Amino acid sequence: MIESKFTVTHKVGLHARPASLFVKQANKFTSRISVRNLTSGEEPVDAKSIISVLTLGVMQNHEILITAEGADEEVAVQALGELVKSNFGEA
Amino acid sequence: MTARELKGIAASDGIAIGPAFCYAVPLLTIPTRTPEQPNVELARFQSAQEQARMELKGLRENVAARTRGDEFAAIFDAHEMMLDDPMLADKVGSKIQQGIIVEQAVADATQELASLLANMEDELFAARAADVQDVGRRVLRILLGLPDTALNSLQNPSIIIAQDLTPSDTARLDPALALGFCTALGGLTSHSAILARTLGLPAVVGLGASALASMKSGQMLVMDGGSGTLVVDPPEETLTRYRAIKREKEIRLEAIKASARTEACTANGRRVEVAANIGEVETAREAVEFGAEGVGLLRTEFLYLNETRAPDENKQYGIYKAIFDVMGQRPVIIRTLDIGGDKPPSYMPFPQEMNPFLGWRAIRMCMDDTPLFKTQLRAILRAAAGHNVRIMFPMIIGLDELMCARGTVAQAEAELREAGLPCAVNVPVGIMVETPAAAVLVDVLAEAADFFSLGTNDLTQYTLAVDRGNEKVAGLFQPLHPAVLRMIKMTIDGAHRKGKWVGMCGELAGMQKAIPILLGMGLDEFSMASRSIPLAKNLIGKFSDERARQVCEQALSLATAQEIEDYMKGVLAGLDA
Repeated sequence: MIESKFTVTHKVGLHARPASLFVKQANKFTSRISVRNLTSGEEPVDAKSIISVLTLGVMQNHEILITAEGADEEVAVQALGELVKSNFGEA
Repeated sequence: MTARELKGIAASDGIAIGPAFCYAVPLLTIPTRTPEQPNVELARFQSAQEQARMELKGLRENVAARTRGDEFAAIFDAHEMMLDDPMLADKVGSKIQQGIIVEQAVADATQELASLLANMEDELFAARAADVQDVGRRVLRILLGLPDTALNSLQNPSIIIAQDLTPSDTARLDPALALGFCTALGGLTSHSAILARTLGLPAVVGLGASALASMKSGQMLVMDGGSGTLVVDPPEETLTRYRAIKREKEIRLEAIKASARTEACTANGRRVEVAANIGEVETAREAVEFGAEGVGLLRTEFLYLNETRAPDENKQYGIYKAIFDVMGQRPVIIRTLDIGGDKPPSYMPFPQEMNPFLGWRAIRMCMDDTPLFKTQLRAILRAAAGHNVRIMFPMIIGLDELMCARGTVAQAEAELREAGLPCAVNVPVGIMVETPAAAVLVDVLAEAADFFSLGTNDLTQYTLAVDRGNEKVAGLFQPLHPAVLRMIKMTIDGAHRKGKWVGMCGELAGMQKAIPILLGMGLDEFSMASRSIPLAKNLIGKFSDERARQVCEQALSLATAQEIEDYMKGVLAGLDA
């Protein structure tokens, strides 16, 4: 199991386009991936479900914890982390 | 019949006049039947899911084609993701296993998921509940074997009246038949409101259920999406009034669209550039819409003010790049930080000054804080790669300052190249002419400046020694003062003699009463607020260079600002006659 913390800097948080990109990226991997909003302290949810990810209510500057378990767990966390760190490609 | 005027939220500008079409969301009745084997029910869910996916792809393409972009089509992308959400499949599956028929399972599952979102505190997140419900209704409708929407029955051009419209409903509205829509529910940020604005469809939302309850299809309506007004059974005079406003708006819109396509030319065909003064990325989009041929002034102060610390290189890079991307290959002049003690950011220690406008500001401050200045220059050079960008320094009064600032640009470029970071090279560097010193010295400054841009607000203030913020002397702030006009002429003549072009990014450039004079002086670029562009292009097209020169000569021969104003009023009135 691999897990890592990231701060969402995008101004809309994990909503709209960032949320879509995040879930699409998660669905590229076979590992079970969950994500947690550390700032609000909610329970972890399935990172491959757009509805679940939206219910986390991640806003700008919230910290999230991404956890993956499975064959491609390492690349999965890395790729999702890169996406968040790149501000979802909006620099 | 008495007229009734209703007020709602002005969701999308535009006027529509026509009969009402009352749209009731078709009732989707869940049948009562004995459940089949779970695998049969599940297979029906999967095939409905498949058809819903096809419909959403179709809607997505339809909207993308009509809105020239993916931004709003993304709504249906999100719907597709919700349709394929593992939570939906799980919930539907487990309900079916419990012996619930697929129609009921889909209705219950989407309702449960929607309420998860609806209960969230943040409005933006809660609004997505409507999307889940829209997806659920789509699947249920397919399961019931019903056509896509009852809006298909719309046959005559009408104004749609509805409780609420889903994004799917809005996207399907045929622009030839739907003149606009009014809803009882909804807010400014609902998808339907956003879509309406993008499709250019007038809309009033949030009118309240009771206001719309008594309305009948066929009733005559007038709606104004710009003010949020809906008039039911309008009297003839109201109709006439709104028809006139509608026509006027259409003409103005046509003028804007026409000017956005045409290049600014004088009557005898000399090209002049009409550009926009902008700040943030939204204003860049507006500039393109209003037909800006470039950006004559990109202010960067907004990045520094209202912040708790100076923006770092990457943040600046991202914002500049977003703006340059919107402008494409159009030229963009970006002005380096122009702040002073009159409006200091909280994190920058500015000394108390007797005269902040004559003090430590703009380029003077940047030259003393090299790291701050270089960070901005690096971000600009990186973002400028592949774009047509020019750098402009504010408040330059002498050649030594200009050489020194250019040196910092060269250093920033060298550092970036050494680090192997992509950046623009040989970026043209110019200066604002906003002090009498720069105007008088323009031939000297031309040695190191690739272009000049007249900042007439400050040039007026410094030439006339009038603080425009001081009420007592505000009347003396006259941009058409002969002294200011002579400064401008001196700058243009001096720069042209050295083979350099001159633009203007002060308010004067967009003033109808000043444009003919500036044309006559041979100004090369006019940069102004985006909304002034269509009229400015139009006015420029009415003057030949010969005529503009005559006007300019006459204006410069007058003794006072008042005489010049009066003379220009006459010139403009003569055009309309």
